[in-house]
Amino acid sequence: MADLTAARPGIEDIRQHYTAHTQRKRLYGGILLAVFVALMAAGFRTADARNAGSFADGFTRIFDYPSEVLAEAAEKAAQLPGHLVQFFPALVETLNIAAASTLVGAVFGTLLSLLATRGMAPWPVLIPLFRRISDICRAIPEIVIALVLIFVLGGGPVPAMIAIAIHTAGALGKLFSEVNENASLKPVEGLTSVGATWAQRMTLGVIPQVGPNYVSYALLRFEINIRASAILGFVGAGGIGYELKNAMSWGQGRYDEAAAIFLLLFVTIVAVDQLSGLLRDRLTHGAKA
Amino acid sequence: MTTFDTTLTPADLKSDISRLFLKKRLMNFALPAAVLAYLAYVFVVFDMPGLWERASLDNAKTLVSDSYSYKTHVTRDNRSGEVSVAIEGERKGAYPDGMSPDWVALGETTVIDLEDGHRVTFGSETIAYEIPGYGTVRATPSRSAGVQAELPAGDVPEWISVSKNRLAVTTEAGRLTVTRNRAEVFRYFAGWELFFFTLDSPYYGMGVGELMQRAATGEGGAIFQEFWTNKMWRHQDVAWAIAETLLMAFLGTIGAGIIALPLAFLATRNFMPLRSIRFAMRRLFDFVRGVDSLIWTVVLARAFGPGPLTGALAILVTDTGTFGKIFSEALENVDQKQIEGVASTGAKPVQRYRFGVIPQITPVLLSQLLYFLESNTRSATIIGAITGGGIGLLLTQAIITQKDWEEVAYYITLIILMVMLMDWFSGWLRRRLIKGEGGNAKRKPRKAEGEAFLLP
Repeated sequence: MADLTAARPGIEDIRQHYTAHTQRKRLYGGILLAVFVALMAAGFRTADARNAGSFADGFTRIFDYPSEVLAEAAEKAAQLPGHLVQFFPALVETLNIAAASTLVGAVFGTLLSLLATRGMAPWPVLIPLFRRISDICRAIPEIVIALVLIFVLGGGPVPAMIAIAIHTAGALGKLFSEVNENASLKPVEGLTSVGATWAQRMTLGVIPQVGPNYVSYALLRFEINIRASAILGFVGAGGIGYELKNAMSWGQGRYDEAAAIFLLLFVTIVAVDQLSGLLRDRLTHGAKA
Repeated sequence: MTTFDTTLTPADLKSDISRLFLKKRLMNFALPAAVLAYLAYVFVVFDMPGLWERASLDNAKTLVSDSYSYKTHVTRDNRSGEVSVAIEGERKGAYPDGMSPDWVALGETTVIDLEDGHRVTFGSETIAYEIPGYGTVRATPSRSAGVQAELPAGDVPEWISVSKNRLAVTTEAGRLTVTRNRAEVFRYFAGWELFFFTLDSPYYGMGVGELMQRAATGEGGAIFQEFWTNKMWRHQDVAWAIAETLLMAFLGTIGAGIIALPLAFLATRNFMPLRSIRFAMRRLFDFVRGVDSLIWTVVLARAFGPGPLTGALAILVTDTGTFGKIFSEALENVDQKQIEGVASTGAKPVQRYRFGVIPQITPVLLSQLLYFLESNTRSATIIGAITGGGIGLLLTQAIITQKDWEEVAYYITLIILMVMLMDWFSGWLRRRLIKGEGGNAKRKPRKAEGEAFLLP
């Protein structure tokens, strides 16, 4: 483009250039692919070597445990409804942990996002600080906070709730601030001109614009948090995960309970997934009327 | 209000509007009220008021003070009279015979200087602790009579506890406990001791300058070896654990992508004419996603045993479902014209897919893979804690001992750094690969790409 005075290149030149270019591209692509495959293979071999059981041995046994569980559950099929009722309170606890942590996390996430969005932040100088705070909240895996809090607060749902809420605040803080960036600042300016305080500007000027998106993200987060709270139960935070761990450590003879818990968890996750999918669709695309 | 009614009177309109306002007003109060009511319910169900009773402030105090400080134990065996010095009282941190920190003077009578006038003396029979502003506490342990303590006149302060067989003094400067069998002094220091070299290493206590000098004269390898094999902090094991966690995330995410891509074709309306297969594939994805990663982890751990491979497979299986769903949605939005264009040049089916379809979904594919790579680093930590592999395992082990809180703090720092680094790296790569191709600015942003997916 720079050299306009040069003679126009002939077709032959262009073709040569093009072929060379394609060949170079193919070569790079090939090298990249080879490196990638080598990385995958080496990674797999390392993981295989450092694992207790090897892939080749374990592969044939993947279905041993599920079939054992299913066989025993089928044998005691009559007790299944009883088990479902028995573990229902644990499931409710898991759901409560997820819901409460999503609510608390969403509140703090909203605050963090408003404090970290240009044009809305009351202290623009501190925007990077609040961004880093939400980055750090997001980076900490829930299990880390949960385990430490279990040591201090004792087992139970509260450590799990706090742990998930912290992570949720960070994750939603980031997503919400992306939403905020697309919001119009005109209502905020209007409110400023009539002397509204920061809190009034945000609740009246910003939140109504971003509300549906916030709720849709929070719903997705709720789905994720159900899974997280089930996992945290497994390390001692109560709920259905804890019951699963107990049923499993009993081993054979209690597999019917394990099967009931698997079933409850599966049905809940699928149901919430479908429900929140429907709701989100309505929120982002409007009610289909 | 889709139908337009021409017979509306102002009165009708007014009542309509006021009904709408009432509804909005009700919503504005009902929603926060419902949320508050729910939180109140949770407050009761989770037994928040009882939490304070169950919470252990002592545990919190040990946790916090231990995570940034360490203590050195000076122990006298009352039977043999031998005095030993060890960091955290662990064998791995013990000073070799005859060696001691400069505030402990070993000898016939061992003098321990706790600074600010606090001084503990291990005599041949009697142990004395001089406390400024209070006096000297003496204790004589013997096998027959237990611990005979002599305190200055007056009431016994609450920081001293005396019984027939035990004397414990806790001051700002340190702690002394005397029992029949032994006398022990703890002195607290800030920092992570022995982080670089253990006491038995020849490089212990050297400054950075001296180390650099030695490294320059050819001892670099040896110095690194000493650091790498540090028995207290186990840098080598920690590095391996981090690598294992990253490996789990990498293998799981990429493997899931590789498996999910061809399967996703089978679940789309435009590439799979057979309805039954489409339906089956979609249900398969839903099933795999619905069986939570927790259950997959548990099931796979039975087959493969603990280790990184199990974690990688658990991530792989769960994410295959998610990727299958996302990819098939992206494939359904593919522009048919480009495929027709490629087909019109006489391209065979494979070429049609390669040049007509894949370039269209590459941005979605790559950005999703990279998003998941980051979030799976976190999942790998959690799964590692359950199956036993990677940094998650080290962390749970350190927490279970309930005393190595400095190690816990170290691991948490490493985990946060690791995740943030992955976050930054995947973001950087995403920008480079998807937006940074210079000439592509004219391409109008696709919906599927702009729509942010929220990830665990």
